[in-house]
Amino acid sequence: MGAVRDRLTAIVAVLGLVAVLLTPARAEPYAQALLHFTADSFDETIAGTNGVATSGNPLAARVIAALQEGRLFFSAQEKTVFIREERDQLIDAATGQPATGPAPPDLAPVRLNNRLRRIVEAALGSLTLMAPDPAKRLEAAQAVFKSKDAAALPALDQAIAQETDARVKQALIEARAAVVLYLDNASDADKIDAIAVIRQRGDQDAVALLGGLPATASPAVAKAAADAIASIQNNLAIWTALQNTWYGLSLGSVLLLAAIGLAITFGVMGVINMAHGEMVMLGAYTTFVVQEIIRARNPALFDYSLAFAIPLAFMVAGLVGILVERGIIRFLYGRPLETLLATWGLSLILQQAVRTAFGPTNKDVGTPSWMSGSFDVGQMTITYNRLWIIVFTLLIFVGLLAILRFTRFGLEMRAVTQNRAMAASMGIKTSRIDALTFGLGSGIAGLAGVALSQIDNVSPNLGQGYIIDSFMVVVFGGVGNLWGTLVGAFTLGIANKFLEPYAGAVLGKIAILVLIILFIQKRPRGLFALRGRAVEA
Amino acid sequence: MQVFIGAAAERPLARRWLAATAGLALGLIGAFPAKAQDTIKIGILHSLSGTMAISETTLKDVMLMLIEQQNKKGGVLGKKLEAVVVDPASNWPLFAEKARELITKDKVAAVFGCWTSVSRKSVLPVFKELNNILFYPVQYEGEESERNVFYTGAAPNQQAIPAVDYLTSKDGGEAKRWVLAGTDYVYPRTTNKILEAYLKQNGVADPDIMINYTPFGHADWQTIVSDIKKFGSAGKKTAVVSTINGDANVPFYKELGNQGVRATDIPVVAFSVGEEELAGIDTKPLLGHLAAWNYFESIKTPINEQFIKDWHEFIKNPKRVTNDPMEAHFIGFAMWVKAVEKVGSTDPDKVIDALPGVQAPNLTGGTSTMLPNHHITKPVFIGEVRADGQFDVVWKTPGLVPGDAWSKYLPGSKDLIADWVTLKCGNYNTVTKKCGGAS
Repeated sequence: MGAVRDRLTAIVAVLGLVAVLLTPARAEPYAQALLHFTADSFDETIAGTNGVATSGNPLAARVIAALQEGRLFFSAQEKTVFIREERDQLIDAATGQPATGPAPPDLAPVRLNNRLRRIVEAALGSLTLMAPDPAKRLEAAQAVFKSKDAAALPALDQAIAQETDARVKQALIEARAAVVLYLDNASDADKIDAIAVIRQRGDQDAVALLGGLPATASPAVAKAAADAIASIQNNLAIWTALQNTWYGLSLGSVLLLAAIGLAITFGVMGVINMAHGEMVMLGAYTTFVVQEIIRARNPALFDYSLAFAIPLAFMVAGLVGILVERGIIRFLYGRPLETLLATWGLSLILQQAVRTAFGPTNKDVGTPSWMSGSFDVGQMTITYNRLWIIVFTLLIFVGLLAILRFTRFGLEMRAVTQNRAMAASMGIKTSRIDALTFGLGSGIAGLAGVALSQIDNVSPNLGQGYIIDSFMVVVFGGVGNLWGTLVGAFTLGIANKFLEPYAGAVLGKIAILVLIILFIQKRPRGLFALRGRAVEA
Repeated sequence: MQVFIGAAAERPLARRWLAATAGLALGLIGAFPAKAQDTIKIGILHSLSGTMAISETTLKDVMLMLIEQQNKKGGVLGKKLEAVVVDPASNWPLFAEKARELITKDKVAAVFGCWTSVSRKSVLPVFKELNNILFYPVQYEGEESERNVFYTGAAPNQQAIPAVDYLTSKDGGEAKRWVLAGTDYVYPRTTNKILEAYLKQNGVADPDIMINYTPFGHADWQTIVSDIKKFGSAGKKTAVVSTINGDANVPFYKELGNQGVRATDIPVVAFSVGEEELAGIDTKPLLGHLAAWNYFESIKTPINEQFIKDWHEFIKNPKRVTNDPMEAHFIGFAMWVKAVEKVGSTDPDKVIDALPGVQAPNLTGGTSTMLPNHHITKPVFIGEVRADGQFDVVWKTPGLVPGDAWSKYLPGSKDLIADWVTLKCGNYNTVTKKCGGAS
């Protein structure tokens, strides 16, 4: 009862307002529709959205866009609705003019739920089909494709006739086909034409659209839809295989990234370094600290935060690595079990130290805008962050090969690992090379941390998840061989991703472990075994 | 190589040993101030190190705050309360050792603790043998009711079932196809079993349910997210019910955001993602995904605002969030204090008998009651993720929902009830009229 009375008073108030402002008569349903937004109920907001969308008022698109973005505010006491523009400026939604006077004390955003978001998206789609910005038009066409809103048909026909951008035009035609397909009074011939258009599109959304066809469809339409689904799915199966390969490459690059530092410390130097994962974690926390500083001092630089984090993470993890080598590991060369226990204790100490310093909860490491989102290649989705991680990993790999092959440090490092006594008698300071090599391996682990902070938790436990996988890759690829690590990582990644759809994530992982154990029985030295004197040394 | 493989197998042992030493040291520190006779000791059994520290440390802090507040009000029965903090280090057997230590050595009157179900199961025999009280504050899979344990978190019918009801409703999007995704351990498996039975009773066909389990800490969600997308494109509205545990959530949500799975297409409702977990994620791409809890920090009630203010003052950090298990401890502690004052003693037997029927305010404006089955009544809220990492309540149950110890939807437990007041039994079979033999 109260609500009814409120609404009546509100309507009277609005009528009064209309009279005072001498607003054109056609704004009246618009002003009434706006009032629905002040009720703070999802059902009322739906009524308001539909009312505003069909009012024909030039402000309609602006109001609904504001609603979608959470910028539409209302005052329940004063029965007014505002759009918040940049710099917190309030625009009166009824008039489109800046609000005068102080903001009402009970100003609150109009709330949305998922059902409303869909309705808002559909309404906005119909309203912005002829927006000047082609990106907006494309978005609108896609929204109509999803909403299948029959009311949008005349606007669609008009938009298709006017459209100059080929991509938008295609989207509009597909949207029209979707609408026609779900129209009750369209002829079978039209519907079959529509199915042909949607079949051309050939993606999951097309399957969804065709699969959702009501059971009342005529047999001819139903058959055409079933044929189209079968043909799309045949086509999609090939893309699925490609997609799996891509996922495998991406997982492989993460494995390689985590393992490549270990390929130096364990593979080349022979140190069983259980604290390797914690070096990765240190790299991730360095990224976090860099981002915190940038956020506080100069938010404009945020997109470049990783560029600052990369050298810093390398240095932090590298320095810790050198300290660890000088402080602990150099006393334990040739005693693998003691090294194992010592580095293990160290990993627990590092974890708890970070937990004490930063707290046990996850830290929010932001993703720069150029690493967010995805793009489509055919029917395959490629996410930018994974793509960049693959590029980054390969760069590190090539860089590392170059250091080993072309620099004096690389030469000395190879000399020391191949024959320590001979290298020492040639004047190489072997202990210095040991420290630097361990520092290099740890520094690369730190780099891995920068990349992993983009896809995983940044918490003190970050490193634990990667240590077993890293050892697995290095052992499988062949200890002491960087190429082996590369091939091993990508093999395991791809094998894992092809097993996962059939066996599930848990069994897939077990299967991979069993396969590696069997493989190691056959070839104890891994894929690429070192030959010659170095093996015996 | 051989060395490495052998060593890897030994790893948990050495870790346990190290952790035990660390825990022992902490335990000793905690035990020393125990001098005066006129205090009542409260045990706090939450991991402060290891994988679960991420969630449990906060609960330790909130208990310290509640105890401090109670002492400012004059304590209980004229005595001050004293917290005894131990660190079970995310190590399940160590939970039992620490519980034994708290009860026998520190002579605590009650223990507040545990997070994972496996840690609770590990301490159960200790609490039964030494007859003490455990308040367990986390949502769990149900199918249990013990005389010595009081479950202040949600049972499945106080979280999972209402969440599914919401998604089936008009406002929730009328979902017809369901993905039940969880981490591979007892809570998701039991919850999903209950949900599957419930969905089938409500007419959902077998091909419309996809169940998926992943290992702890799963980080590569590419395949699963694209499978969900594929499953969701069969022309029926699809929803995901996630019982994915703690650490695996961040990469899961990041992948959802990156692959463009939006809440308007496929909403994800989570049972283990709260304010704390969202603190580690950029939530903008997750707008509209859901969580089901009995408490949200964003709920505006005077008692909740006071709680948040006290918490920020106590922890000296205005950015720290509050969450559902913290509220559970708030309710549980208040109930324990009331029961102790009612019987005028901290003797566990008397307190256990006094607790059922005790009422305490919850933080969302209602009053929760301890039931004879040792679960409590709670409201259920569905919240949507907001851009600031908080939740916006979009739906709630009309009243308080009483917790069911045994699910009505599982064939093995639908005839069982728990009643520690009249029947004195945790698993009474209403068909055979027999107590199933627990305790």
